[in-house]
Amino acid sequence: MKILVSAKRVSDPNARLHVAADGRWVEGDVEYILNPFCENAIEGALQLAEAHEGTETVVVGIGDEDTARFLRQGALARGIDRALLVNADEAAIDSDLIARIYAAVVAKEEPDIVLLGKQAVDCDSNQVAQLLAEYLGWPQATFASKIEVVGSEVRVTREVDGGLEVLGLTLPCVISADLRLNEPRYASLTGIMKAKKKPLDELELDDLGLGAATPKVRVVAMSTPPGRVAGVMVKDVDELILKLRTEARAI
Amino acid sequence: MYDGPFFTDDHRAFAATLRRFVDRDLTPHVAAWDEAEAFPREVYGQAAALGLLGLGFPEDCGGTPGDPFLKLVAAAELARAGSGGLAAGLGSHGIALPPIVGLGEPDQIARLVPPVLRGEVIAALAVTEPGGGSDVAHLRTTATRDGDDYVVHGEKTFITSGLRADLLTVAVRTGGSGAEGLTLLAVEGQPAGLTRSPLKKMGWWCSDTAHLHFDGVRVPVANRIGPEGAGFLGLMLDFNGERLGLATMAWAFAEVCFADALAWAQLRETFGRPLIHRQVIRHLLVDLRMDIDAVRATVERLAWRVGQGERPVAEVCMAKNLATRTLEHVAGACVQVLGGAGYMRGGRVERIFRESKVLSIGGGASEVLKDLAAKQLGW
Ligand SMILES: Cc1cc2nc3c(=O)[nH]c(=O)nc-3n(C[C@H](O)[C@H](O)[C@H](O)COP(=O)(O)OP(=O)(O)OC[C@H]3O[C@@H](n4cnc5c(N)ncnc54)[C@H](O)[C@@H]3O)c2cc1C
Repeated sequence: MKILVSAKRVSDPNARLHVAADGRWVEGDVEYILNPFCENAIEGALQLAEAHEGTETVVVGIGDEDTARFLRQGALARGIDRALLVNADEAAIDSDLIARIYAAVVAKEEPDIVLLGKQAVDCDSNQVAQLLAEYLGWPQATFASKIEVVGSEVRVTREVDGGLEVLGLTLPCVISADLRLNEPRYASLTGIMKAKKKPLDELELDDLGLGAATPKVRVVAMSTPPGRVAGVMVKDVDELILKLRTEARAI
Repeated sequence: MYDGPFFTDDHRAFAATLRRFVDRDLTPHVAAWDEAEAFPREVYGQAAALGLLGLGFPEDCGGTPGDPFLKLVAAAELARAGSGGLAAGLGSHGIALPPIVGLGEPDQIARLVPPVLRGEVIAALAVTEPGGGSDVAHLRTTATRDGDDYVVHGEKTFITSGLRADLLTVAVRTGGSGAEGLTLLAVEGQPAGLTRSPLKKMGWWCSDTAHLHFDGVRVPVANRIGPEGAGFLGLMLDFNGERLGLATMAWAFAEVCFADALAWAQLRETFGRPLIHRQVIRHLLVDLRMDIDAVRATVERLAWRVGQGERPVAEVCMAKNLATRTLEHVAGACVQVLGGAGYMRGGRVERIFRESKVLSIGGGASEVLKDLAAKQLGW
């Protein structure tokens, strides 16, 4: 079996971001982390590989050399076999173009399962797995909380309102990972050392036949949430109720 | 995250792993472990899986060799849990194994070392005796040959992980007086005649510290590490590494105290203004920062020299003294900045303050190291 997984870097949710002067992207000293849902996808692939001997795991990232760092340290160091970096400017791609890039990589690699994070915690779009399945014409299961390969079928458990749904998919298929899929392992020191020697191949959009590909969605503006305004003291309960009703419109 | 000119992506990746491990699996439990005077055995296995226990040991016995800066990273991240006892307990193999790796036969190394680095066997080093710790050459525990065994009589005390250890590297006297009469034995399991009793301490509560009584303990001759009389040499092999390790630990804990004191000073308001706006406090914090930076620079420079294959003995002695002295005063000052909150049990600064003295005593007490430094410098 061959499993393709995603690894996207995202700005640290705890970091304070500044909107760039053109209002379209963030700038400055942004600390990045590996998207937590991609960590679940990586762990999911590793567990499947451990359960099914002879499975090859390949991580795919889109970005620059900093993304390569996450491919090595977040994926190869944990045990993924090899990495592919598609060189692209992250600020100039949308979910659709990412799905098309993945579709082109899938055509080259011919995996049995593509396991992606269900969304990236920076833009929270939650679209790539679904678009990719559509482009490939493959069955899909999103928000997986459990994945099992049973014979020629993949059983995916999804947490839905009020219970669990179990889907059976034929291979090849696209799956997106939820947080509850697993507890990602740590990258060990030995893993970190070994990761340096694992193959990391770079691809250009041209190699994938996507040279002139343009995104369908354009970021028009970004803004930070309004600053908090100072609190006010109220005289009595009546005034509080009045303010809640007329100013806050909370009641 | 701790960073600087000596650091590569490997260091940062290992730091990131450790940071998560510390935040998720250690920090939430440290206060309870300290009160219980023990941490779970499983922590050894968890630390081993990350490569923390094997760091610096050869690959063929299950370790991961690495440059000295990986040890700085490990100390800095582990210190964030705020428990020297945990660091000492988890790291007791760090003093117990080097004599075995350095002097042992290949089959002894292959049998004894890998289970420790996998976190399955706890190892401790037993040198200090009630009669004296600094004067290692004059220790009195004896081992007399009887057929294929040595028979050991004597006392060891203040032994870190001594209660739980499944493997004890014990310094014994097999020959005449002085350093030439010392030999190392690997004592496995719980042999007849070995009694262990716990010792209560000022700090390092979650690390077990034991008094060991050897009353005719039989140890197979096959468990002798190196030839008879090579014990002192075996211990010396890693004294430098241990001391640089303790200097690093002292620096790392000073950083933790400082971080908490600074955060508190920025948050705490007295008489209508945050503490950090008071000149007395801001100048104090700048002074502490200067002192800690001096220690950091010293430790990093020595780590670099060790990485180049040098063995700077006098400088390492002085670095340990500088670092431990700095920690003593930094920890005290930081408790003061925190006020009453700094005196309450459960916080990092309070714990580290109680733990600061031990670093100036263990692994070569300051006075003894000064003398050694002077001797090494040819004075
Ligand atoms: C928490 C803890 C854990 C420990 N863990 C271990 C362990 O795992 N294994 C182990 O073998 N040991 C361990 N030790 C023991 C430690 O190594 C000794 O305490 C240390 O070497 C000092 O020995 P001592 O306590 O016998 O003090 P002494 O040697 O009696 O010294 C007492 C004081 O006199 C000073 N002094 C000694 N000689 C001179 C001199 N010639 N001139 C001037 N001053 C001098 C010393 O610096 C010290 O201040 C541990 C100790 C502690 C506190």
